[in-house]
Order: sequence, then structure tokens, then C-alpha cells
Amino acid sequence: MTTPLLTVDNLNVGFATKAGIVQAATEISFQITPGEVLAVVGESGSGKSVTALALMRLHPGNTVITGDVMFEGRDLLKMGDAEMRSVRGREIAMIFQDPMTAMNPVFSVGDQIVETIRVHDRTVSKSEAWTRSVDLLEMVGVPEPKRRAAQYPHEYSGGMRQRAMIAMAIANEPKLLIADEPTTALDVTVQAQVMEVLQKVREETGSAMMLITHDLGLVAGSADRVQVMYASRLMETATVDEIFYESKNPYTRALLESIPDVDGTKTELHPIPGNPPSLLNTPVGCAFRPRCSMAVEECAKSTPVLTNIRGQHSSRCHRVDDLAPLEAWSS
Amino acid sequence: MTTLDPDPDVDEALDDAAAARALSDAEGLSDKPKSFGRLAWERFLGHRLALVGAIGLLVLVALFWIAPMFSEFEFDERDVRNRRLGPTAEHWFGTDEIGRDLFVRTAQGGRYSMRIGLIAALVATTFGTLMGTLAGFFGKAWDVLVNNLVNLILTVPAIIVLSVFANKFGASALGLALVLAALLWTRIARVVRGVILSIKEQEYVMAARAAGASNSRIMFRHLLPNVVGAIAVEITLLVGSVIVLESTLSFLGLGVKPPNASLGTLVADAKGDIDSDPLRVLTPGIFIVLIVLCVNFLGDGLRDALDPRAKVADNQNSKKAKRAAKKAAKELQRTAPTMGVGDTTVVGAHARNIVSDRNDEESGGRP
Repeated sequence: MTTPLLTVDNLNVGFATKAGIVQAATEISFQITPGEVLAVVGESGSGKSVTALALMRLHPGNTVITGDVMFEGRDLLKMGDAEMRSVRGREIAMIFQDPMTAMNPVFSVGDQIVETIRVHDRTVSKSEAWTRSVDLLEMVGVPEPKRRAAQYPHEYSGGMRQRAMIAMAIANEPKLLIADEPTTALDVTVQAQVMEVLQKVREETGSAMMLITHDLGLVAGSADRVQVMYASRLMETATVDEIFYESKNPYTRALLESIPDVDGTKTELHPIPGNPPSLLNTPVGCAFRPRCSMAVEECAKSTPVLTNIRGQHSSRCHRVDDLAPLEAWSS
Repeated sequence: MTTLDPDPDVDEALDDAAAARALSDAEGLSDKPKSFGRLAWERFLGHRLALVGAIGLLVLVALFWIAPMFSEFEFDERDVRNRRLGPTAEHWFGTDEIGRDLFVRTAQGGRYSMRIGLIAALVATTFGTLMGTLAGFFGKAWDVLVNNLVNLILTVPAIIVLSVFANKFGASALGLALVLAALLWTRIARVVRGVILSIKEQEYVMAARAAGASNSRIMFRHLLPNVVGAIAVEITLLVGSVIVLESTLSFLGLGVKPPNASLGTLVADAKGDIDSDPLRVLTPGIFIVLIVLCVNFLGDGLRDALDPRAKVADNQNSKKAKRAAKKAAKELQRTAPTMGVGDTTVVGAHARNIVSDRNDEESGGRP
């Protein structure tokens, strides 16, 4: 096995509030190898984004973080601020969810890319960086890149803006891209194009990606491995195929059942009943228990642990062995 | 003052505009859209009031700085034989009670007022912006410190402080400007703090941080440019306030010392003669009003021009466009009946347009 690029070990993220500590990420451990795409899937508030922000140390001031985040042998959580800044944007870059607000309205798109290049390397002259940014815009499929580089974000459409965000993220050829729901704010037709661009630039720069999403369709098309999160914990982690065909976790299965099947017979959709639990003072036991169709008494007594099933496939459930094999999941 | 490490980002922000210009020159404007500077210039030209303000200020500058060169009199040159003259060919604005030429004195006063207005506004804006940015960005201790400082200054009776310090430092324009700036930076600080508070939670600030930008870089390169529009207006209002305050102080005898003049002292000197020679009071007064008005108009235009989201000259065309549309509709009404049968759909469409035009006009007054 290749040496991992990023190793997260027992990461806990909590927010101190007046009512107590809100545990947003609990005992998260995972690895990303170079060039790999890891998808992190889960409902809103399951801790996906919080985990990503904690890796980048972009969390708000009242956050309590414990654990180790090793990136190429260096612990990101124990780094000095200056060293951390040199990692952000150069080693690890981030693509944000909403391209409408993630660009500074008073600078042209080209200028913003120039800025990301020159933050890390002052030896690049402004005109060199400008030429680079035009090239980058061309690479992500912005038409007439020379003219568009001098335009302002408000003159771009949503899809174009997200392309520009990608150009900005890969400007310094980072080893790891964190894409936080990169297509959520976009039109469905544009989503596919943007994902294509993301795949293309990732292949060209050879960077790994942590793709945060709640769209399983997106995962099927672009990820190598999947990590399912629920109520601040990892529920299941496996390769894409294992998730879709051999899932060993009731929550993952419930998620799969809630996807409409486009070309199959018209069967009823199965939404997951109820709501995710509050993350404030979570009780013992499995967090998914109240919504789980397979819950038994034991689920209320103790929190299940993430147990390895086979290879890289792990699941957090007391009844792993009782789960029936998944019916063939077509398409 | 605060002790901040000299920051390369600040310098960079300053020479950025120059670099951008050089760049667009080097590449030629052939297949690039208009640069920001050019767009801003066009928006500015499209703003009629701002143009009036700018031209007015240029005229005033010429009047105060250049015109006196053509006068043969000095500002403190007495001529007891020609006291209290009305406007004559020699003395364009007349003379005062000891025979000094009032045009030259008005010009000197105008220079003084403009200079002090500019200096005080610049100092107050720089300091106020810095304090406001620090308070808004870092919050916590900085916010408490700046807020309390602002409140302290606002609770102090300004006129008493001014009369004490203006009396002590007011002899020089710089001294008086600094005293005024020390009182007036609070307004800027509050405005800037408010703007920074609202924009620092925007996602692009997080994005800048994720790209590796440091705090000072985020403040000076990412946040400040977003504040410029708000500051442009405040700074011009400030120039107005400073000129009025300075005139007030000088009128009370606390600012400029004789034989030098400011527009305020000129009004004060003439107040005894208001019955016999009201023009002598009015002239410097009118100049005060003119300067302040022009500067405020200018600020209005600057704010619009510096906003990259604004479209070129879209503020003046709505009326024109409406008028043109009405004219076209009338024209159509005349020509439509003469059109051939084949054009019916066209005519129909035009007719609909005309009708909807009318409906718009009719419902215009009602909600």
C-alpha cells in the first residue's frame, strides 16, 4: 500500500456554546492516498464540512479540536500559523459550495487567481501570474479566457464562476483538493459539466480529492472510496462498488433507497423517517437508532464501533451480520 | 497611535493599480474588456452632479491659486486711502476697513480652507479607517477599545476642546487640521467598522483564508477595497464638515491668526458692516458653501464610479429611454395602418407594445 497523503486519526471537533458542547465530529479516522478521490457523504449537519474545515484549521474561534491530522508527515493541528498558511492554497486547496459568494466582488477573476499564486510565490511577477491565470481559465473551459480574466465575478454565470473557483484552487497545483459540495449551488445541467472539469484537472495535476457531497449520484460517477457520515460519526467506509452493491450499514442502505431510480420500474421512494438527532449532549447508543428499521435493544445500550469487514470496508452497526445481502442495485 | 509592523501588503495594494494599468498597456486593449479604471472613469463622466462638482472644484482651485497672480495687491497690503470700497476694476471684490484687497484675501482664505479641509479629512480618514478595520476585523479587545475611544470623543463637548486646542495649535494650518482630524476620525471609524463587520463573514474571506492569505493581507487586500465606496462618500462629507468647522473657529478668532485670512475670518471681519455692505459678508460665505457643495457632489459620483457592480451611466438613461420608447410608439401608430396585409403579425405585436406602453403610463402613478 502506498503511503497515505493525509492521515486523520481520532479527530474530534466540538463547538463550545452556552448550552454545552456541540459535538460536530466524533472519532473520525481516515486516510487519503495520493491521487485518490474520497467522497464524504451525509445529511446536513452530519459533520462533513466541519471535518474539512478542521483539516484546514478554518474553524471558528469557539471550536475545540483533538486528534491528529498528519499531512505528509506533518501534523496540521500542531503547526504554527505561518506554516499552516503555506499549506493552505498550496498543498491543500479548497473549492467552496457557493461560487456566488466565494469570490471577491471588487477584483477581476484574473486578479483573484493572480493573488492566489502570488500569496505563495512572490518570485512570480504579476504579468507572469496573469498569463498563468489565463491558461488556468482556459484549462477549466472558460471560453475566451483572455477577455474573461479581466471581467468581474458578477459578469460570470454560476457555472463559469465555479470553473473559475476550480482554476483558483488548482493554481498552485495542490496535492489535495477539498471540494465542499462543489455543485450544490448549480443548475443540474451545469453540475455534470463542472464535475467533468473537476475530474479533468484532477487527472492533469494528479492531486487527490476529498469530495464532500450529499448527492450519491455524484459519488457513483467520480469517487474511488466513500465515507458515510451520520450525526458526527463515520457510519461506513468502503469503495464505491462496495457501498452501492454490498453496503453493510442500515443508514447507507436507507440513503440508497431514497434515491429515485430513473429508468427502472416506478417504485415507491423510501425517505428516511424522522430527523437527525441534536448534536448537543448526545445520549449513548447508536445515533441512527430512532430512525432505523432494524434497531434492537442493544442499539440503545451501547454505541456501536466501526468494525472492519473486509479490506477497506468498515461499518458501524451492531447488526452487521444480520443484514441481508443487498438486492442487485441496478444502474 | 498603534504600533503595527510595516506591512508589504499595504504598499502592494497601492502600486497594484499602477501595475494593472501597465499590464493593460503592455497587452494592448485589443481583446480585453475595458479596465476597471476606464470603466470607473466612464461611470464618473456619466454622473452629471459629480461632473459639476469636479469642474466647480477646478474653477475654485484656479480662482484661489492662479487668479491672485494677476492681481497687483498683496494680501496684507494696506491702502488707507481706499478703505471699504465696493467692487471696482482694480479691487475686484472691493477692500476692507483698512484698505486690503478683498479678492486677494478671499483667495488666500479659500486656499487655507481647502488645504485644511483636505489635510484634516485625509488624516481623519486614514486613522479612522485603520481603527475601524481593526475593530471590525479582530473584534473583542480591539472592538471594545475603539468603541470606547469613539464614545469618549463623542461625549466630549467638541467646541470646548476645539477652542482650547485650536487656540494652542491653530496658528498653523497643519496644527488646526490635526486637531480637527482628532475629533472627526470617529465617524469614519464607525462606518468602516460596520462595513467590515458585515463583509468579513462573506465566503470570499474564508476562501482567501483557505488560499493561504494572512490576516493583514485579508484586511488590506480583500476587505479594504470593498470599503472604498463607503469611505469615498464619508471623506467628502468630512471635507465639508472640516471647512465649516474651521470657518466657525476662525470666525470666533480661534483658528487662523491675522494678518492671514480664512473664509471664516473674512466673514467675521465683515460682520460689522453687514448693513452698509452685505456683499462683504456674503462673498466668503458663498465660497464656503460652494466648496462644500462641490466636494459633496464629487463624493456622490466617486461612490458610484468605484463600485465595479454598477453599470456605465445607467442612472441617467431611464428617462431618456422612456421618452424614446414613447416617440417610437407614436411613430408606429402613424405608420401601422399603411402597412401591407402580410405584416399583420408585426402590426399586432407593435400594437400590443403600444397598448402595454399605455398601460404602464396609466398605472405608473398607482401602486
